[in-house]
Amino acid sequence: MAEHLMCELSVPGRIGFQFPDPDVPTAPLPEGLLRDDLPLPELAEIDVVRYFTRLSQLNHSVDTGFYPLGSCTMKYNPKINEETARIQGFANLHPLQPIETSQGALALMYHLQLWLNEIGGFAGTSLQPAAGAHGELTGVLIIRAYHRSRGDTKRNKILIPDSAHGTNPATSAMSGLQVIELRSDERGNVDLEALREHCDDTLAGLMLTNPNTLGLFDENVEEVNRLVHEAGGLIYGDGANMNALLGIIRPGDIGIDVLHYNLHKTFSTPHGGGGPGSGPVSVTEELVEFLPDPVVDIVEPGDEEQGVPPLYGLVAPPQTVGRVKAFQGHFGMFVRAYTYIRMHGAEGLRNVSEYAVLNANYLLALLRDTYHIPYDRVCMHEFVAEGRWADAPDIHALDVAKRLMDFNFHPPTNYFPLIVHEALMIEPTETESKETLDAFANALIQIAEEARSDPEMLKSAPHTTPFGRLDEVKAAKELVLCCVPQYEKL
Amino acid sequence: MFTPHTKEDRDAMLRTIGIDRIEDLFKDLPADHRNPELNLPPALTEIEVLTELQDIAWANDTTRELVSFLGAGAYNHYSPAVVDAILRRGEFFTAYTPYQPEISQGTLQAIFEYQSMIAGLTGMDVCNASHYDGATAVAEAVNMAYHNFRGKRPKVILSPGVHPHYRETVRTYTHDSEVILAGDQGEVAEDAGPEALIPLIDDTTGLVVVAYPDFFGRIHDFTELAEAVHEAGALLSISVNPITLGLLKAPGEFGADIVTGEGQSLGIPLSYGGPYLGLFATRQKYVRKMAGRLAGETIDNRGQRAYVLTLTAREQHIRRDRATSNICTNQGLLALAATVYLSLLGQHGLRQVAELCYHKAHYAADQISGIKGYELWSDQPFFNEFLIRCPRPSQEIYEHLLEHNLIAGYPVGNDYPGFENYLLIAVTEMNTKEDIDWLVAGLEEVSNG
Ligand SMILES: Cc1ncc(COP(=O)(O)O)c(C=O)c1O
Repeated sequence: MAEHLMCELSVPGRIGFQFPDPDVPTAPLPEGLLRDDLPLPELAEIDVVRYFTRLSQLNHSVDTGFYPLGSCTMKYNPKINEETARIQGFANLHPLQPIETSQGALALMYHLQLWLNEIGGFAGTSLQPAAGAHGELTGVLIIRAYHRSRGDTKRNKILIPDSAHGTNPATSAMSGLQVIELRSDERGNVDLEALREHCDDTLAGLMLTNPNTLGLFDENVEEVNRLVHEAGGLIYGDGANMNALLGIIRPGDIGIDVLHYNLHKTFSTPHGGGGPGSGPVSVTEELVEFLPDPVVDIVEPGDEEQGVPPLYGLVAPPQTVGRVKAFQGHFGMFVRAYTYIRMHGAEGLRNVSEYAVLNANYLLALLRDTYHIPYDRVCMHEFVAEGRWADAPDIHALDVAKRLMDFNFHPPTNYFPLIVHEALMIEPTETESKETLDAFANALIQIAEEARSDPEMLKSAPHTTPFGRLDEVKAAKELVLCCVPQYEKL
Repeated sequence: MFTPHTKEDRDAMLRTIGIDRIEDLFKDLPADHRNPELNLPPALTEIEVLTELQDIAWANDTTRELVSFLGAGAYNHYSPAVVDAILRRGEFFTAYTPYQPEISQGTLQAIFEYQSMIAGLTGMDVCNASHYDGATAVAEAVNMAYHNFRGKRPKVILSPGVHPHYRETVRTYTHDSEVILAGDQGEVAEDAGPEALIPLIDDTTGLVVVAYPDFFGRIHDFTELAEAVHEAGALLSISVNPITLGLLKAPGEFGADIVTGEGQSLGIPLSYGGPYLGLFATRQKYVRKMAGRLAGETIDNRGQRAYVLTLTAREQHIRRDRATSNICTNQGLLALAATVYLSLLGQHGLRQVAELCYHKAHYAADQISGIKGYELWSDQPFFNEFLIRCPRPSQEIYEHLLEHNLIAGYPVGNDYPGFENYLLIAVTEMNTKEDIDWLVAGLEEVSNG
């Protein structure tokens, strides 16, 4: 059942929250600058709590069911993260407090920087970027600053494989680079032939997602990196898929120059219904000086023997690209990622990736006979299947996705990557059990049968969810984007 | 940790895959770099990690232990218990972007409520589902204006009263682009009103950016500036602190084309700088130029009113290198926090907290400007923050008072050369009269070194 909007529930005179009366003499208000309307609802606390609780129950979430949304790493988010991030000494800390009063926060950031260096095989890290795409922008600006610092101003083009996420080309365009799309070869790798054509002295770099968005580790990676470096370009690594590589391989060791992590994927910070993310960027030694301002560093050495800790501070790298947002970054996410890394250690992180890859290959093995796998080889943490069959001509991946909801599963990512027709991109993550994977595979197998025997069952799905398919055309045509009702004047 | 596999599970799965060992799955990876020895501290259990983090946090002195008048873009407000209780519902915080509307109506309807409330507060027609923070929201406004004029109006005028971090962020974003920034490089004095920007506007100007309140806490009427901007064919963007809008005129009334803002003051913890909430609202006619996600109303095939992400053809996953922004993940959960906060407070509560901030700040300003040697920098109206000229370098005063567990404000000398004696003081509903009196006594005591 659809829920009423708050403007419909509002009753004049209801109070939801009471502030104390002023304990100071009141001052005259600035006549002429005051507003005479304030279009907000009037509700009691219980109305608000019920409203949002009931809304929450209309969502599918990791806490309520399997969520194999490819490329998004919807793993379980440990509850302890939510406790540590809310520790008073973190939650109530102002970002501009003097460093003497925020040594705990700075120490935490310093160690997280070091650990991300270690995990990725890099020399320096900025925690400032707010999400993956923001990390991409930061990284591409670093690449541009690097070339500029060498007087190498011709480098205005960037290569992006056709399997890349949309943020890669959008980022590059935002930073003024010309985007050249690289085709993939028949094994899903970067096509070396195509790459060679573009390796010249106008090449700023290449953005590589590895494992790529097909869930495949690029078998040519070392050759790709060698060719780009030989031409004087740098390699940007889109680390959205680091969940496959923790303790398995370090991108910095195989020639990646800049990489962003998604703390909201790999390191278990919650996705929040769309965000917040956190997209730290790690770089090689020669790029450290270009990192955004500020990074955390030791500004006064400590004395271990005397038990004196070092003094941590915020420092601007010498040739910094500048600030990419206000303050230091999504600190609340740093606390969660710190908690997660600390609870795993090196061995635990390797297990994460091993089980993520095991789960994906297990599902692939269960589904291979029923769903066409366009690039069928050992996958990493995810794989891409096709949601179409020659003998079920009306059925699309979207129908498979919608029907899955009837089994209480969130559908896989649809229609991405673009190089696969009717793509279903499946990422189970390491936190799912064999039973869940079996049930999911069985549902998909049943759906494949229905596609032939009862296509209408798919076309009209979902059936058991609180809402059926939506009229997206109507939404775009009528463009009702808010309800600003006429409440009574103040 | 957090993996449910038993040994039996694992063996059965390996058999189904047709391999003997998990390592066999990694054969495509360069052999000589496989399985590096990571130098990380050994794993802790939940009990141990909580203790370690409590110890780390203990080295911080927070706004709860100190008496703090620090604002400058992040404010110590009270967040009602209801806000966090709702945020902690796993159905909200462990979902992602609502790509599948049939099973995401909770998130979608909450976004729609958010869009409605922010549009109403700012006096704009439409609002997106969020940007990263107040700084990147301004950068996105610059981006949008640049694309709106197809690059023909590359000049952007930034008032020096816009938060220094926001202006720096815009510089970083536009460094490699055709955008030309002006206005905050000494062309106009910090103490000038918005009209001082008018002479800088020309036919290459695409956007003028001002703040409300500005970094120094002042409130201006932008009506005259808006007229001049529009006459020249350009757009006006106003960066707001939304708590202010519980009391003061909506920027839409001045004629703003874009309203951006930092939503942290709407129930979001300080958390050492983030995650916060970038507000972005505009006029209906620019909705297709706006970046970010949008929830729109529609119906489902059972005739129920429902919500769905709409106008997605603007976004990176469809337009790729022709998208105006690369934003994908946004600040969803923080937008939810602001929505719950605004719903609970409602019109009376928001007005009440805005008035409390206003009265307390004015009491503080009165008292401080009564001390010998201290003077209010401007006689312009202000909201909950104001700039005070001190009899000594403000950094010294600040450090001195810090020894007494008092953060007296924000010394602005590093951001504004020539302002070494100035202190920016923010007051919220969390500061009691006693705190303020203590600040006043402290400032008096340190006034002559
Ligand atoms: C492969 C890939 N790259 C980049 C991104 C962008 O990351 P974010 O959404 O955190 O900005 C995503 C996210 O969805 C992704 O899957």
